[in-house]
Amino acid sequence: MSILVGSPGILTTFQDLGRRGYQHLGIGPSGVMDEVSHRVANLLVGNPAETATMEITLAGPVLHFETDLMIALCGGDLSPEIEGQPVPQWRPVMVRGGSRLAFGKPIKGSRCYLAVDGGFRIPSVMKSASTHLAAGFGGFHGRPLRSGDRLETGPSPRDQYPALQLRFNRERRPFLGADWLASWFREVDFARPSALRAIQGPQWSSLTTDSRARFLEDTFRVTSNSDRMGFRLQGPKLSLKQPMEMLSSGVATGTIQLPPDGSPILLMADRQTTGGYPRLGELASVDIPKAAQLRPGDTLRFMIISLEEAQDLYLSREARFRELEQILADRRNR
Amino acid sequence: MAINSSIPAGDSIFRAESLGDRALLITLGDRIDPCLNDRVHQLASLIRNSGLPGVHDLVPAYATITVHYDPSAWTGASTRPQEALKSELIRLWQNARTEALPAPRLVEIPVCYGDEFGPDLGEVAERCKLSEHEIIARHTAGEYRVYMLGFAPGFAYLGGLDPSIAAPRRETPRLKVPTGSVGIAGMQTGIYPLDIPGGWQIIGRTPRRLFKPSLEEPCLLQPGDRLRFVPMDVDTFHAWVEDHP
Repeated sequence: MSILVGSPGILTTFQDLGRRGYQHLGIGPSGVMDEVSHRVANLLVGNPAETATMEITLAGPVLHFETDLMIALCGGDLSPEIEGQPVPQWRPVMVRGGSRLAFGKPIKGSRCYLAVDGGFRIPSVMKSASTHLAAGFGGFHGRPLRSGDRLETGPSPRDQYPALQLRFNRERRPFLGADWLASWFREVDFARPSALRAIQGPQWSSLTTDSRARFLEDTFRVTSNSDRMGFRLQGPKLSLKQPMEMLSSGVATGTIQLPPDGSPILLMADRQTTGGYPRLGELASVDIPKAAQLRPGDTLRFMIISLEEAQDLYLSREARFRELEQILADRRNR
Repeated sequence: MAINSSIPAGDSIFRAESLGDRALLITLGDRIDPCLNDRVHQLASLIRNSGLPGVHDLVPAYATITVHYDPSAWTGASTRPQEALKSELIRLWQNARTEALPAPRLVEIPVCYGDEFGPDLGEVAERCKLSEHEIIARHTAGEYRVYMLGFAPGFAYLGGLDPSIAAPRRETPRLKVPTGSVGIAGMQTGIYPLDIPGGWQIIGRTPRRLFKPSLEEPCLLQPGDRLRFVPMDVDTFHAWVEDHP
């Protein structure tokens, strides 16, 4: 089963849930920016959560489907279309061989995930299919997709959603989506400014009282100097009570660093493994997908919550994934 | 009983605090110090061998260890996930003080110094008011410690540079420093594991690969290793490269 890449889009890479077990060697986790959209897309087509998806950024690629394939698209609305017709997201979609999937204007959010039934055939490097862009390994030859790339997928469609497949085989349309959708997780709030929950970091108390107030009350803007490694934020300049020389130490995805210029940096998937800047706070894991959908120019605000609350939110989200998994396991038979 | 997350014991401290909701930062001190760093690696080794559930990454640094974990693996107890993990880590740390340090590995790094591989050797010699020969002698005399890895895959933060050969960074960094380049920047010395931009004074190059993603052990160096630089001539360098494609 093949997909041929026409134009590659601005930044299209293969990612999974990240490379684990190698951070002590300076090898960052990479992985999807928006874990929720990735996981739902995989669940919809019956793939295990760790199957690589195609992460599509802002201006998406043109993909030629050589054979019939079942797919799911989840994430921001980047205007996916086949033959001028919008392709529905957050549900399984049958696509006919010979079709051309293209993306138009990004309407909401910045990243969208394409999962295919049976998964993309991406070799594992250090137990992960994620692309490490800086070091050039993993994913599809360690790089973003280019024109002419040929992508192999597992056999599709597998024995699932029989009613959908039956209708698809009867009708002559280039694609057919299920008439329901996994709406639970489509709640990423695209209102701006985006409110991101964070917990206090190890150097939170080193901020001046005024800076702490600014951090909580003011609005920040994502500058164009932002990418998968992290977002440079523009807003009130924050300062420490006194200058700190910090030793390099571990950081996490979602860590909010404060460099000497006073403008915070929000670390994302392609972050380095260690850093020497003060850590003001860390995003609650459940709000990292929300941050992942921000575009340069978007505004955001921070809200401090407790660690307990953050972990409760995380555990509730995991429980909801388990529920969704069960619901879909049942739907796949219909 | 409240869990004490900050335990002073003589001159050694143990502080555990959250780094977000999926990581814990353990601090054992606040300086670059070989004995402190030994304790960091000893504790990291204990944690790794203890098979704590849901702990998927341990990042030792100069004086800290960051424990990346999945909170789902720590539910069910009467305490919250992070408190449960913290008490296990405190217990391990308390045992650590009675355990022997793991023996460090010694890695030899052959380096071809100067000329095309070390374009800044002359400049370093001038700044330090030594001959190039002396710079090489002092660089290869020492045994270095790998305090930690970070910044890039396989990039080691080395300690133990002879202060007489410390030289400031280049005023203009290079857009691309070739893989294997050995450099000096202030009191730091190190090896570039990839072709990346950099401002270090490049005094030589090693043909050994610091990082190869396809290998079972992708990085030549690990935190806690000891390292020696060994001079090699140009012909041996090229022969090595041919023998190790």
